[in-house]
Amino acid sequence: MITTSFVLTDEQQTFELGTIVGAQASPGEIWNLSGDLGTGKTVFVQGFAKGLGFSGKVTSPTFALQNIYPCPTIILYHFDWYRLLTSDEVEALGWMEWIEKKGVILVEWGNKFKNLFPQRTLSVEFEMVSENQRRLTFLAMDEEQSARIEELMRCWPQ
Amino acid sequence: MERRLILGVESSCDETALAIVDQGRYVLSNCVASQAHLHRKYGGVVPEVAARNHLQWFPILLKETLAKAQVGFEDLAGIAVTSEPGLIGALLIGLSLAKGLAFRLQIPFLTVNHLEAHLYAAELNEAPIEFPALGMVISGGHTEVYWIEHWGKCQLLIETRDDAAGEAFDKVAKLLGLPYPGGPEIDRLALQAEPRQDLFPVSKMKDGSLDFSFSGLKTAALLEIQKYQPLLETHKHRIALKFQLTVIEQIKHRLLEMMRTYHPTTVIVGGGVAGNLALRSMLQMEVEQKMNIRLRIPVREYCSDNAAMIAGLGTYYFTRGKHSSWNASAFPVDRIRREVIKK
Repeated sequence: MITTSFVLTDEQQTFELGTIVGAQASPGEIWNLSGDLGTGKTVFVQGFAKGLGFSGKVTSPTFALQNIYPCPTIILYHFDWYRLLTSDEVEALGWMEWIEKKGVILVEWGNKFKNLFPQRTLSVEFEMVSENQRRLTFLAMDEEQSARIEELMRCWPQ
Repeated sequence: MERRLILGVESSCDETALAIVDQGRYVLSNCVASQAHLHRKYGGVVPEVAARNHLQWFPILLKETLAKAQVGFEDLAGIAVTSEPGLIGALLIGLSLAKGLAFRLQIPFLTVNHLEAHLYAAELNEAPIEFPALGMVISGGHTEVYWIEHWGKCQLLIETRDDAAGEAFDKVAKLLGLPYPGGPEIDRLALQAEPRQDLFPVSKMKDGSLDFSFSGLKTAALLEIQKYQPLLETHKHRIALKFQLTVIEQIKHRLLEMMRTYHPTTVIVGGGVAGNLALRSMLQMEVEQKMNIRLRIPVREYCSDNAAMIAGLGTYYFTRGKHSSWNASAFPVDRIRREVIKK
């Protein structure tokens, strides 16, 4: 496993990193976004959606459990497992069907039910470094994922 | 007056709910399959989301709703159902129930917007609203302000850019080790705190928009909680109060700006967070006493998700000749548009 960390100075940088990752996304991608409250997961998704060309509002899906954003060339499925207690509940929401779709899936609090993710899932861990700074760590499990992260680093100016 | 009974169907999120309302105003029965309800009836602990097994609870609730209202299927004049916004799978279960019943009973059905219904809830068992009105929905999933010329003519003015107000309450409550739902718990803790007026920073948008934002407040509360080692009860009380005051301050700031700009006859506040006592007293002070504008907040039973508000709003549309066709669908997003209203 190869890990790549980005230390981001403020919320805006989290948004911008999300935008670059989103702009490079391809159909069928699944992202597990994990980290405590207030570490920037939703901000990252807001940037990601912008990178996919979505111009509408992207908000936290904690209550709704799932938001769907139709982007110009792809559909973005935004899940949040914060409130869920068992993996049965995730499956009852049709998880196995959603992951077969050719959209892009982003899951906040994915680490709660890690075993529900298919092997191709990409993971990011969010941490609070200081009041404004955040550390985002991308985990690459194979060569294909390493290449995906390297491409991201090439496009990241900092 | 001749009775006109409408069945309301609600399944947009966690709550499975049915209600029967007469004339769009008089609630004959209002049944919600809450955790407590299921617990009492079936024993055992029901996980929060299992309560969303709408398919399982609707048949049971249907019998109960008719029995409580002391009516039969033949007494129903129509069915109203939530079709947006919400979790798509959950909405479709309610919609299918409504269509199936309407087809079998040969009565009309129609779809209504959940958020407009939260505002209509202020008319249940009460007098009609005097328009135009500013309508604010604050709940676990929503924080929005609408301009309402009359029912059916709502425009979105401002909304949250990140978390909903109720979501912030729930998340901060969890950080403080309080049970779900967090709103009433924080309300209770704040009452025990030594009265103070200090606030966390009240969020303002860089672009001058009046949109809400509660994500930064959640982080500020988290950082404050981490400062105290160990976190004593008095710290918890103080943070609960400071957090609650800041949420209320943000709502007050937005609402006062909106009232000054739009000059509504009435301000309506609905949704689960409208049950918060500190918020209710702020609203009475600022809207009624200082601005002398009518304030309408539903009784607490009709603030949280329920089907009486769906039946009520549905009746309003039925009496104006509207109904839905068999191919009516459900939508995950609120389709009430944001528009600039010149004042």
